[in-house]
Amino acid sequence: MRIALFITCFNDTLFPATGRATVRLLERLGCEVEFPQEQTCCGQMHFNTGYQRECEPLVRRFTEVFADYDAVVTPSGSCAAMVREYHGRVAELSGDARLSAAAQSAPKVYELSEFLVDVLGVTDVGAYFPHRVTYHPTCHSLRMLGVGERPLALLRAVRGIDLVELPAADQCCGFGGTFAMKNADTSVAMCADKVAHVLQSGAEVLCAGDNSCLMHIGGVLSRLRTGVRTLHLAEILASTEEQPPADAPPPPSGSRCTTPAAEVKSR
Amino acid sequence: MNDTTFLGMPAFPSAAKSALDNAQLRRNLAHATDTIRGKRAHAVGELDDWEELREAGRAIKERTLRHLDRYLIQVEERVTAAGGHVHWARDAEEARRIVIDLVQATGEREVVKVKSMATQEIGLNEALADAGISAYETDLAELIVQLGQDHPSHILVPAIHRNRAEIRDIFVRAMGDYGTAAPAGLSDDPHALAEAARRHLREKFLRAKVAVSGANFLVAETGTAVVVESEGNGRMCLTLPDTLISVVGIEKVVPTWRDLEVFLQLLPRSSTGERMNPYTSTWTGTAADDGPSTFHLVLLDAGRTDTLADPIGRQALNCIRCSACLNVCPVYERAGGHAYGSVYPGPIGAILTPQLRGTTSAVDRSLPYASTLCGACYEVCPVKINIPEVLVHLRARVVDDSRRRRIPTPEKLAMSAARWVLSHPSRLAAVQRAGSAAGRLAGRRGRISRLPGPLSAWTETRDAPAPPTETFRAWWRRNR
Amino acid sequence: MNARDDVLARVRRALADVPDDERPQDVPVDRRYSAGGTPPAGPPDLVQLLAERLTDYGASVRPVTSDEVAAAVAQAVSARGAHSVVVPRGFPPQWQAALAAERVLTDEPRLPVEQLDRIGGVVTTVATAIAATGTLVLDCGPGQGRRALTLVPDYHLCVVRAEQIVASVPEALARLAPVRPLTFISGPSATSDIELDRVEGVHGPRTLQVLVISDPPNPLGTPLES
Repeated sequence: MRIALFITCFNDTLFPATGRATVRLLERLGCEVEFPQEQTCCGQMHFNTGYQRECEPLVRRFTEVFADYDAVVTPSGSCAAMVREYHGRVAELSGDARLSAAAQSAPKVYELSEFLVDVLGVTDVGAYFPHRVTYHPTCHSLRMLGVGERPLALLRAVRGIDLVELPAADQCCGFGGTFAMKNADTSVAMCADKVAHVLQSGAEVLCAGDNSCLMHIGGVLSRLRTGVRTLHLAEILASTEEQPPADAPPPPSGSRCTTPAAEVKSR
Repeated sequence: MNDTTFLGMPAFPSAAKSALDNAQLRRNLAHATDTIRGKRAHAVGELDDWEELREAGRAIKERTLRHLDRYLIQVEERVTAAGGHVHWARDAEEARRIVIDLVQATGEREVVKVKSMATQEIGLNEALADAGISAYETDLAELIVQLGQDHPSHILVPAIHRNRAEIRDIFVRAMGDYGTAAPAGLSDDPHALAEAARRHLREKFLRAKVAVSGANFLVAETGTAVVVESEGNGRMCLTLPDTLISVVGIEKVVPTWRDLEVFLQLLPRSSTGERMNPYTSTWTGTAADDGPSTFHLVLLDAGRTDTLADPIGRQALNCIRCSACLNVCPVYERAGGHAYGSVYPGPIGAILTPQLRGTTSAVDRSLPYASTLCGACYEVCPVKINIPEVLVHLRARVVDDSRRRRIPTPEKLAMSAARWVLSHPSRLAAVQRAGSAAGRLAGRRGRISRLPGPLSAWTETRDAPAPPTETFRAWWRRNR
Repeated sequence: MNARDDVLARVRRALADVPDDERPQDVPVDRRYSAGGTPPAGPPDLVQLLAERLTDYGASVRPVTSDEVAAAVAQAVSARGAHSVVVPRGFPPQWQAALAAERVLTDEPRLPVEQLDRIGGVVTTVATAIAATGTLVLDCGPGQGRRALTLVPDYHLCVVRAEQIVASVPEALARLAPVRPLTFISGPSATSDIELDRVEGVHGPRTLQVLVISDPPNPLGTPLES
């Protein structure tokens, strides 16, 4: 089985640690992962903002680059959703029958937790992460892909983790791609409520399957000096005693981390 | 759509900002939508065939819309055969003219009204007033809006932006100007407020000779009209006057009587979160010795055929006006209904208004962008309107319209540049290298607190991550 | 072109993507939702379910046997303190036998609406009742009268026979004739217009009482199934 990693332009540029963690995790689980270097972007930003014409060459490239693989795995729910839900539509709009056919027969793109649970059939990935974590199920993972309980099942199996519930978890964080800029006031109002819920959860780390949402929530968490960090699901699942994520909170002094979130910032 | 009450509204982002600044409004909305979300979830959870009902509702609407001409002709035949009169209105102006003429022909100077989105959409009350006819809204929330000289902000509960204390104040201040005044010492207890509305409106019901309504459904097979309501004001208007005029959008048709078995389950549970709303009335033309002796049905186009012409956008016409999408929408909850500049607010408004009115005004162009595409609306929609899909589709329409401008918008330039960069990995890598260099200069421990130009909209309230020193693809190349 | 032809022409133009030979039945409607039969939840007995759901929405429900109906009707009207009630034509005489004759008004000739507004209440039968939703359906048939009778007075007493109760909305619609004006009543008048919270009692009858006639099964009269 030939497995390709679709890193996404956003992770590639801004969150390479997520990509490195994904590779480490998959290799630890015995997968041989390829990174086709010709890949760029799924076209989500263009498509969702109304620039469907500009989106077409990106879809074309994506379809060509990944055509020969059996499966594609990506550490992004919203990019996976873009490919699965809308690449066919963009291809159809282009009027190019060959592109439509290619998009139709393209390998399935799996969001990371789907790939781990459905394809590899694992929930315990052998991770160690001794911190209090809460999980935000991003909208596209939750509603477009329907990843359901998979990420939580994976997190529950992490050794040492203290997984706490996020109140009103299914509420959107207000990112919404260009919405965050076009409707900045509403976006931030939504994020303020999300941040309040994160703080209420008492977690030191907020985890999600999409760095875009994490960048948004993390941007407010950081501005407010809350001390709560954000980490992509891949980085927690890749974490081991020997190799914790670079951006993890300091290791707990006792056997179990009980540091309240508010004190974590004093590092 | 000639929406007189909302003309000249600013675009969504600035209208939303004033709502966000109103703490009272935000509290009212958060409280009300939170209440109804819980009730809906409970009412829906009680049925184990909910998904099958949704699918049937969607399919019936699809069947209807794809054969709408046939069903409209059937409605006309059956209503006429049952003693009703059918009128057709191409647009709001024509519909207003028809209603005014019909009321004037009765010699009456006042009408009682059942809550109706169609008559709000066409600005009927204002037109009737100009013709010297007083229109009295009888739905409690519509009464609150009318007495408060306010705009509706929700499909089901037009006064959702008002809390009980504000409603009490409006009743005390304005009821006397329209008829029976509010009782002395009126409290803000909802029971007392409902009692005050009952007393105020009863004399109007008892003397009314003409009523104006909409309809939730029109059954083509039988010519039956359906009004779903709670308070009994609908029954009063549909039963007591001599003349009933119903203004109904052409998309309200359902093919058969049996089809109602789907919608009468979907609507109340989605709308008020009840197993069934207190009252549903159905009538077919006129009945001997019961109810109005004259029935007029005004079939309204007003942009619906334009909407129908778009195979993706047409699903917006499935809407049964339950407002479940408003109640779950995080944007609606914070921005409020007025920001949408239309009688149809929330997610459904964001896809319906730009199709009914077109995308010529600033507010209508901004509506498809008034969403994070979180998909909560699609999840609850009882007729499975894929609202995010239509939003994105309409965004493309807005962008394609702007392509005709000689000078491209800054956004267009940015998107074209991004396409150019992302079309080739070497260009992407070059930009990434430049970004990393800039990030090293700007970042404060990996965080940027101020970005230039349009990106400042981000950093005004949020830190941004500084670009890392090495991209993923550079790392891969170095290690593999 | 007149408005009618214009609108129809616009509809046909808008549906250019629909093949000419497509018929409505070619658009599939999957009716795999429950057509009724078993109520979706709650107690299995339809009488009990109807009572529970009506009570949930603020109606009061009293189960009675056939022998008790007349007394129960009279007792309810007295307890209400209604000086007079309207009883529509076709209401079974044996059910109103215990009502004092001077308290009973008929709607013949038609009572003016102002009088209905002052009257103590109305006593009716139903066409059918839906257990799952706690709904009474009136179709202006015998014992129900015209629609204004169950609307303008502030008190409605309704007598339901157990065999009139169906489980679900689909079963009820199949029994009803749309040519008659129908009223579906689920509890007393209510509104959710103040802060989206339900408050009972606006324009329709604020008190809804229901008598459900349910006779215990007669062990001798019921043939045993083999």
